[in-house]
Amino acid sequence: MTDLSNPTLTRKKRNFLAALEVDNRLLGMIGAFVLICVVFNLLTDGRFMTPRNIFNLTIQTVSVAIMATGMVFVIVTRNIDLSVGSLLATCSAVMAMTQTVVAPQWLQLGLEHPATAPLAILIGLVAGAAIGAFHGWLIGYLTIPAFIVSLGGYLIWRNVAWHLTNGQTIGPLDGNFQLFGGTNGTLGETWSWVVGGLAVLGAIYGLWNARRAKVKHEFPVKPMWAELSLMAIVAAVIMGFVAILNSYEIPIRRLARQFEARGEVMPDGYTASYGLPISVLLLIVVAIVMTIVAQRTRLGRYIFATGGNPEAAKLSGIDTRMLTVKIFTMVGVLCAISAVVASSRQTFHSNDIGTLDELRVIAAAVIGGTALSGGLGTIYGAILGALIMQSLQSGMAMVGVDAPYQNMVVGSVLVLAVWIDIVYRKRTGD
Amino acid sequence: MANQIDRTGTPLVEMRDMQKAFGGIKAVDHVTVDLYPGEVVGILGHNGAGKSVLMKMLSGAYPRDGGQIFVNGEEAHITNPRDARNYNIETIYQTLALADNLDAASNMFLGRELVTRFGLVDDAQMEAETRKIMGRLNPNFRRYSTPVSGLSGGQRQSVAISRAVYFNAKILIMDEPTAALGVEETRMVSELIDELKKQGIGIFLIDHDIHQVKALCDRASVMKNGQLVGTVKVDEVSEDDLLGMIILGKNPKDEAA
Repeated sequence: MTDLSNPTLTRKKRNFLAALEVDNRLLGMIGAFVLICVVFNLLTDGRFMTPRNIFNLTIQTVSVAIMATGMVFVIVTRNIDLSVGSLLATCSAVMAMTQTVVAPQWLQLGLEHPATAPLAILIGLVAGAAIGAFHGWLIGYLTIPAFIVSLGGYLIWRNVAWHLTNGQTIGPLDGNFQLFGGTNGTLGETWSWVVGGLAVLGAIYGLWNARRAKVKHEFPVKPMWAELSLMAIVAAVIMGFVAILNSYEIPIRRLARQFEARGEVMPDGYTASYGLPISVLLLIVVAIVMTIVAQRTRLGRYIFATGGNPEAAKLSGIDTRMLTVKIFTMVGVLCAISAVVASSRQTFHSNDIGTLDELRVIAAAVIGGTALSGGLGTIYGAILGALIMQSLQSGMAMVGVDAPYQNMVVGSVLVLAVWIDIVYRKRTGD
Repeated sequence: MANQIDRTGTPLVEMRDMQKAFGGIKAVDHVTVDLYPGEVVGILGHNGAGKSVLMKMLSGAYPRDGGQIFVNGEEAHITNPRDARNYNIETIYQTLALADNLDAASNMFLGRELVTRFGLVDDAQMEAETRKIMGRLNPNFRRYSTPVSGLSGGQRQSVAISRAVYFNAKILIMDEPTAALGVEETRMVSELIDELKKQGIGIFLIDHDIHQVKALCDRASVMKNGQLVGTVKVDEVSEDDLLGMIILGKNPKDEAA
């Protein structure tokens, strides 16, 4: 097609990776992640890349990663949100009190009633949305800087959570609610394969559809072999991930307890795998939805346009004040979802839940390539950023590095990642 | 040029008694201008004379403090850019108003994205439309998938012009459209203006270059310190007369009288 006449493009096509047309920044982050995994695997004599550790790593990443997808939109529009950890705590407190006080005592639903968990989650989501919308209104309409609004929010919501629970730890939480916590809620082997298979089909359909749209308008497309290789790589990654999670077997004693609870006896030699945790599935769904919002909706287009040039966005008729409200509402909802995951992972609500999460979330988005100057950032980058930070932290913990030193390393990595990004952008003129 | 314009009917746009103040400063002080179909009216004046502010009230970027806007004889209620677009008023801003991080097609359709039947933005369709219109205005343009920050001044300008032309503008506001352009690109803009005139589109042209005003405009409305010095037919005055209006605020008609 036309690009064949363009010498710079033909030169690039010689390179296999370039032909796949995968974003360089994505490749860089995947490279960094793989490097971290390999180094820690060597340092821990192979303990880092066991199915057990990979399983734990993914469920530890979920809460921060979910909020980081929302932080991308906040930072892209040149704002910041320092209150996400506190907001998570308030949502967690609201949901914990709904399960332990509102549902059983006020509504007489009794413990473990099937309506309890959905009710708690619904109220939590509404609370998160309302608080987020309020932040957005203060920032967008009253033009108070986001830094100040969220700094205030950081102090307020952490202590609203304390007030709601009288400063007590609330638990144990409802059994159904705990399904979102990771270990207590997994799909098992068969369903994990089914979900993996569906994901592969979905990914192939998406890639194929994008190619068809380009062909229809006679735009240049990458060669067929590159397209097929990309599909194969994506399929291999998804199925490989499912295979790893499926190879992590539930401990025998835990299985025996499950059978006991049902009043059955466990057959000899019985084994079962955890498979895909529901919380990870939740993160994947959030990632897909947020990516569609970012790339394929007007809302997403307006978010990036406003980040790139707020004046131009206004002159194009975009209501940037309402846009701010929408973005912070999304962040509130995502904090509530993370609150479900975080509190059900520890099986109770505690006062310190989500402490320092705001910094982890911002760091994840920034390591993932979101520019604080606005207009640039990706959802997958933020999730990879969260994963990279979590791997660093748990890797160092496995090696036996003390927590203060861990923080020093993570801090250095944050600064280093941003510097590399700046150098990369200067070189490529991006 | 000037004598081809029929000014007997209703004007395409009439801005009557427009006022706008920023703090205590009257940026636009009781100014009335009008524009007929197929006409180019130059808006002239020094920096800070109020030209851009006057035009921004028409494009909806600034709400007006007083005055009325009539489009085809009917009062138009323009309080934001979206309203102006609904009256087929398009603007090419001096700053171009492009989001640097987005590609040409996303900028072209910003605020008016084409969507698929699922309500998702249809990037392929928007790029196809952009290729069509850009192919006419800037046939050598190829860089459809790069952010516009990487484009040259002329290429960025053609994206901004394409955006104004594509959506069937009836009234076009051009704020120094050739300020950042080379000779060849300036000539293309002049040709475009001629073509748009033939289609009956009315153009308000903010310009500093007197030669260009003489060449392109039918009438010129000159402003000084927020007030209208006067509106003249460009053919009936000399360049010196125009300069006198701009610098001294002196209307040649007053002198003759």
